[in-house]
Amino acid sequence: MITEPQAINIDQDKGNFQMPEKHAFDAGVGINEGVLDYISDVKNEEQWIRDFRKNALRTFYNKPLPTHWASKDLETINFDKIRYYLASGQTPKRSWDDVPDDIKETFDRLGIPENERKFLAGVEAQFDSEAAYSNIKEAVGKQGVIFMGSTEALMKHPEIFRKWFGKVIPTGDNKFSALNSAAFSGGSFIYIPPGVKVSHPLQAYFRINAENFGQFERTLIIADEGSEVTYMEGCTAPKFDTATLHSAVVELVALKGAKIEYITVQNWSANVFNLVTKRAIAHEEATVKWIDCNIGSRLTMKYPGVILKGRKARGEVLSIALANDGQHQDTGAKMIHAADETTSNIIAKSISVGSGRSTYRGMVHMPKHLKGCKNNTECDALLINSSSRTDTYPSITVRGNKNSVQHEASVSKVSAEQIFYMQQRGLTEGEAMSLSVNGFVNDLTRQFPMEYSVELKRLIDMEMEGSVG
Amino acid sequence: MSQLEIKNLNVSIGEKSILNDFSLAVPKGEVHALMGPNGTGKSTLAKALAGHPDYTVNSGEALLDGQSILDLEPDEISRLGLFLAFQYPNEIPGVSIANFIRAAVQARLGEDDDFVATEYYKNLYQQMDLLKIDRTFTSRSVNEGFSGGEKKRCEILQLAMLNPSYAILDETDSGLDIDALKVVAHGVNTLKGENLGILLITHYQRLLDYIIPDKVHVMWDGRIVKSGGKELALELEAKGYDWVKELATANAC
Repeated sequence: MITEPQAINIDQDKGNFQMPEKHAFDAGVGINEGVLDYISDVKNEEQWIRDFRKNALRTFYNKPLPTHWASKDLETINFDKIRYYLASGQTPKRSWDDVPDDIKETFDRLGIPENERKFLAGVEAQFDSEAAYSNIKEAVGKQGVIFMGSTEALMKHPEIFRKWFGKVIPTGDNKFSALNSAAFSGGSFIYIPPGVKVSHPLQAYFRINAENFGQFERTLIIADEGSEVTYMEGCTAPKFDTATLHSAVVELVALKGAKIEYITVQNWSANVFNLVTKRAIAHEEATVKWIDCNIGSRLTMKYPGVILKGRKARGEVLSIALANDGQHQDTGAKMIHAADETTSNIIAKSISVGSGRSTYRGMVHMPKHLKGCKNNTECDALLINSSSRTDTYPSITVRGNKNSVQHEASVSKVSAEQIFYMQQRGLTEGEAMSLSVNGFVNDLTRQFPMEYSVELKRLIDMEMEGSVG
Repeated sequence: MSQLEIKNLNVSIGEKSILNDFSLAVPKGEVHALMGPNGTGKSTLAKALAGHPDYTVNSGEALLDGQSILDLEPDEISRLGLFLAFQYPNEIPGVSIANFIRAAVQARLGEDDDFVATEYYKNLYQQMDLLKIDRTFTSRSVNEGFSGGEKKRCEILQLAMLNPSYAILDETDSGLDIDALKVVAHGVNTLKGENLGILLITHYQRLLDYIIPDKVHVMWDGRIVKSGGKELALELEAKGYDWVKELATANAC
């Protein structure tokens, strides 16, 4: 029988509150080598990572904003006005009782400890620049699974960290990956030993509390041979009048036969620039699946990718973007086929409401020397109002004749007749819109874990209710 | 009095006037048929009563059990108890019939009412059995890829589940073969009773072989020109719509 599951509570109303700022560690405003030294000093970092940061800062300075293809809105970010490091301390607590009251209350209101008890194998909760809490269930820890923040991982597991760090996404990949590489703090470090299948998801929750702040978490997940893991991340921030910057770098490594599923429900407040670089390497017979839902932010630019490096590796991106008034969701996927018999699947659905704008950018690359590679790409856009906008920029490079690609795209509009039909059955205009939109994404959300598909439905309901009138 | 009452209704689309002083009363418990040639305003009447935003009501009244519905939103009219079975029901991709009807049922709950999924499904399956609809039907997306007969059956299922006081069936027989027509007629006959007033809009007499109306009204140029018992439909069938035109001209003189 159908019962309503409990939702993860991360809606924007719920996330729109701020605790008074009281940071013990503050690197000040703007970015320069001194700020990087400050960050390295408080984290007690080794020389190689100090050099890495400074080299990245030079790359950041040298790279132009990508406004020749991306939104000119990027020019409104004032990098000199942002605060790059704010923290209460560098060591996360293992028990919620030890977390400072204001931070604990924040995560309580967002429902994180409750979800941890219910269905998660481990939780990391980042507040501004550092994790305030990080813990995994004892049974999972005993399997050899490592789950902690990047700051802690650099100290405790430098040999694994250094081996993979920055190898999937080079510093100079883009201006924002360079900025992250210079100023990174927090994020998750996960290592799953060979053959270990983590039965419940690991979750990270990213919270921005401070104004004029930039969050630069750095996540690195390594799934060793034959292992399996599901990682989920959520995020919120209070709504400020000034712009907030969130610029993460996420690197995944799936070794032979490993499976990684990475789920994001992005619900930043509408003043956040969300400029994120996410990429995975899939070795032989490994599978990487990105599930990427973007509901919040002012401008999101994010194109999760998979480099299919080993034979029979598989990459998947399932993407849902909802752009409401004043929002631009510029999302997509990259699939780089680099071995025979690799397969990839991209399904992207976007919804544009009011003056909202959604953009799909997809890249599929299959070089000539490969054989037996397959890609399927479907991108569908739904427009709610006549002022809504959607653009699609697929870029598919397939060489040789031993590979196959399939691409489908559609744009549809919620018609006035469809809404009238639903209203005639007793649904309000908002409920009707909401049901149409949920129907549009339904074949994708069915593939999500229950808690997330319910949460996504609720977020869509709220966005659509507010869009009518 | 319990009835759907329309008094001197004048409706236009843009500059074009469609209904001209249209009057009609359908008491609860009765089945009335509204017949007439294409373009005479039958579907306009249905949509205007349901509150479609494209139709402008210039004057007149429409009362549901005495309450005016002309200034209400379409969903408010629906929840007050007026159901419209569409001539061309819309597709709702990705939304299953079960979820769509569930949303409509939930929209009718009061603040203190709880939705009980078990009862809902019990009722849904009961109605489907009565209407001879296969259970796999509920998981299909609303009207997506449906045959004409399936669409109309889906409309009748919604009618059954939402329990309105009055139902307007707009050309429910159009595009149906004789088997589908019988199935739909069986559904309507199952649902009719003292708590439901039905207005059947139809172009052809053949539907009335299966659903016997209490009254038949003939429409021409935006108003009713002749009303009578069920035999009027047969007379109309025999004499054709030219006869209606003559009637209209005679009335006007």
